[in-house]
Amino acid sequence: MATTLRDLRLADARVEPAERVAERKFPALHALRELLADLVSDRVALVGAIGFLIVLLLAATAPYTADQYTKQNLRMRLSPPALTIDGEFNYHYLLGTDQLGRPILDRIIHGSRVSLLVGLGVVSVTGLFGTVLGLLAGYFGGRVDTLIMRWIDIQTAFPGLLVALTLLIMLGPSLQNMMFALMINGWMIFARIVRGVTLSLREEVFVKAARVIGASDLRIVFAHLLPNLVSPILTIAVMELARIILAEAALSFLGMGIQPPESSWGLMLSDGRDYMAKAWWLVTFPGVAIGLSVLFINMVAGWLRSVTDPQQRFKKASKEA
Amino acid sequence: MSLASPDTTAASVHAPNGARRETLLEVRELKVHFPIYRGFPVARQVGAVKAVDGISFSVKPGETVGLVGESGCGKSTTGLALVKMNPITAGAVHFEGQDMVHSTGEHMRQLRRKIQMVFQDPYASLNPRMTVEQIVGEPLMVHGLAQGAARRDRVQELLRVCGLDPRVYTRYPHEFSGGQRQRIGIARALASDPIFVICDEPISALDVSIQAQIINLLEDLQEAFGLTYLFIAHDLAVVRHISQHVVVMYLGKIMEVAGSKTLYDQPLHPYTRALLAAVPIPDPKLEKKRERIVLKGEIPSPINPPKGCRFNTRCPLAQAICFEEEPAPRQVGDGHYVSCHLVE
Repeated sequence: MATTLRDLRLADARVEPAERVAERKFPALHALRELLADLVSDRVALVGAIGFLIVLLLAATAPYTADQYTKQNLRMRLSPPALTIDGEFNYHYLLGTDQLGRPILDRIIHGSRVSLLVGLGVVSVTGLFGTVLGLLAGYFGGRVDTLIMRWIDIQTAFPGLLVALTLLIMLGPSLQNMMFALMINGWMIFARIVRGVTLSLREEVFVKAARVIGASDLRIVFAHLLPNLVSPILTIAVMELARIILAEAALSFLGMGIQPPESSWGLMLSDGRDYMAKAWWLVTFPGVAIGLSVLFINMVAGWLRSVTDPQQRFKKASKEA
Repeated sequence: MSLASPDTTAASVHAPNGARRETLLEVRELKVHFPIYRGFPVARQVGAVKAVDGISFSVKPGETVGLVGESGCGKSTTGLALVKMNPITAGAVHFEGQDMVHSTGEHMRQLRRKIQMVFQDPYASLNPRMTVEQIVGEPLMVHGLAQGAARRDRVQELLRVCGLDPRVYTRYPHEFSGGQRQRIGIARALASDPIFVICDEPISALDVSIQAQIINLLEDLQEAFGLTYLFIAHDLAVVRHISQHVVVMYLGKIMEVAGSKTLYDQPLHPYTRALLAAVPIPDPKLEKKRERIVLKGEIPSPINPPKGCRFNTRCPLAQAICFEEEPAPRQVGDGHYVSCHLVE
C-alpha cells in the first residue's frame, strides 16, 4: 500500500516527542520550567528578579545579618562610610553611621522589612478588594454599579495622605495602623480600572459566546474576565507598590509611621534631613534603597505582564526565532 | 466516536408519539424592544427601540432558513433573542415544542446545549487568553459532557471534522487566520451536539476566497450531523445557495417569506425586488441591462417607525393605504407569504 502524506502525518502524530510526554505527565513542572527559561531569556527581567530576590533575602535574614541596627555609639556619630573600624573589617559600618552612631547599612536592611511588608501587604489587600468591587460594579452594572462608584467618588474626594494622617492620629502610630490607613485609601484605583475594563470585556463577543454555551456568571468571571484583567491589574499593582512604599516613607517622615528606635526608609530620610549638608550618607542610601527596590519591581512586572499575555509571548517567540 | 449518533438525531426530530414533528423552531409574534430611560434622579421610560416588532416564522428540522435584510433591520437581534441573549419583550418561541421564553435554570441549560451559535467576527468571538482546547472544550466542560483525556480526544475529533489539524489544540487564537478561527468557532458550536445552529453572518468578516470554504464546511456538517440552520446574512447570493426558505426582514418586521427558488425567481414585495435588483450579475452584458431599483434615503429609526407599512418612506409604489394601514402577511402561494397591500 502506498504511503500517502496523510499517513505520514498521522504516524508523526503518534510518535510523541519527549518534551510532549513531560508536558502531559507533569504539566505544572513543565510550565514552571518554561517560565524560568523565558525569564532567563529576558535580561532586564532577570536583573530585576535577582535584585528583588536579594532584597527579599536580606529582609528575611535581617535579625542575623543586621543585628546592630539599634546599637548606639555616640563616639562614632556621623562617621562616613568606611570598610574598617579600629583597623578591623566590619561590614556594619560600610555605609557610615547616623546622628546616634547607629550603622546605616543595618538600619536600611531592617527598614526593608517594613517597606516590603507595608508595600506587599497593602497592595495585595487593596488589589483584592478593589478587583472584587470593580468586577461587581462592571459586571452587574445598574444599582450595584452606582452604589460602588459613588462610594469611590466620595472616598477619592478626600486627599489620601490627609485621611491616613487623621486615622493615624486617632488610632495612634504603629505598623498595623499605618497599613490599615494606607489600605483605606488605596483600593479605589483598582476598582475604577477593573470596572472600566470589565465594562468593555462584558460586551465582547467571546463573553456572549460563553453565555450562549451556557456558562454561569461565576465561570464567565473566572475563566473569561479575570484572565483578561491580569495585565491592567498587574500594571496598577506595581505602580501602587511603588506609591505605597513612598507613602510609608512620607508617613514615617511626618512622624506618624514607624517609631524610633525601629527603622524604616522613610524614617531614616526624615532623621537624616537635618544633617544633609554635613553627612550626605544619611539620606542618600535610604533614598537609593527606595529607588532600587521600586526599579527592580518594575523590571519584573514588565516581564510578568508580557508572560501572562499569550499574544505578547507569541510575538516575542517569533521575534527570537 | 461520532459527533452526533444517528439515533439521537433521529429521535430529536420525532415527536414523543412517534410522528415526525413538523417544526423544530416556532416563532410567534416575537418582539424585542430596548427601553430608553431618561431623567434624573428618577428615570422614566420615554420610548423603546423596536428592533424586532412582531415577527413569526418557523423552521423545519434539517432545513436551512435564511434571514436577510439590510443593516439595522433586526436580523441579528432576532438571532440573539432566540438564544435568549436579548430580552424577549413579547411573543412566543417554541423549540421542539417547548416554551423557551419562560424557561430558566436547568431547563434553559438543556436547551442551550441543543441551540448553538456561530458568530460573525472570528477575531472577537474567541477568548485571546484561552487555548483552542479550552475554547472548543468549554461546552463539554460547562455541560459536564467529557473530562480529562476524553475531552481532549473529543476536541481533537471536532477540530478534525472542521478541517483543522487536530494537533493545534495547544495553540492560541491569534496564531490562526480568519478562516481557521471561524472553523474553531464552528467546532465550539458543535461541541455540545446541537440540533439547531444559528449562524449570525458567519462569513461576512472573511475573505471572499475563504467564504466558499466555510459555506461548504457548514453544508458538509449539516449533512453529516443532521443540523438545522438559521442563516443570517446580507449576502443574497450566499443565502440563495445555502437555504431552502428565506425570510426577508425590514425595520423589525417580516416583508416576505418564501422558498428560496420562488423568492429569487418571483419576488413579490417591492423591498425584496429592490434587494435582489442590487445584486450584481457576473456577466458584463447582462449586468449593463440589469434593471435597478435604487431605494432612496435611509432606513427609518426603529424608535419611531412610520405609520402604516414600515417600508412606505422608501417604497417606489407606495399609495394612500400604505400610510394608513399596516399590511398583514398574506399567503400567495405554497409557503409564500407577503406583507404588502399592493400584491394581489
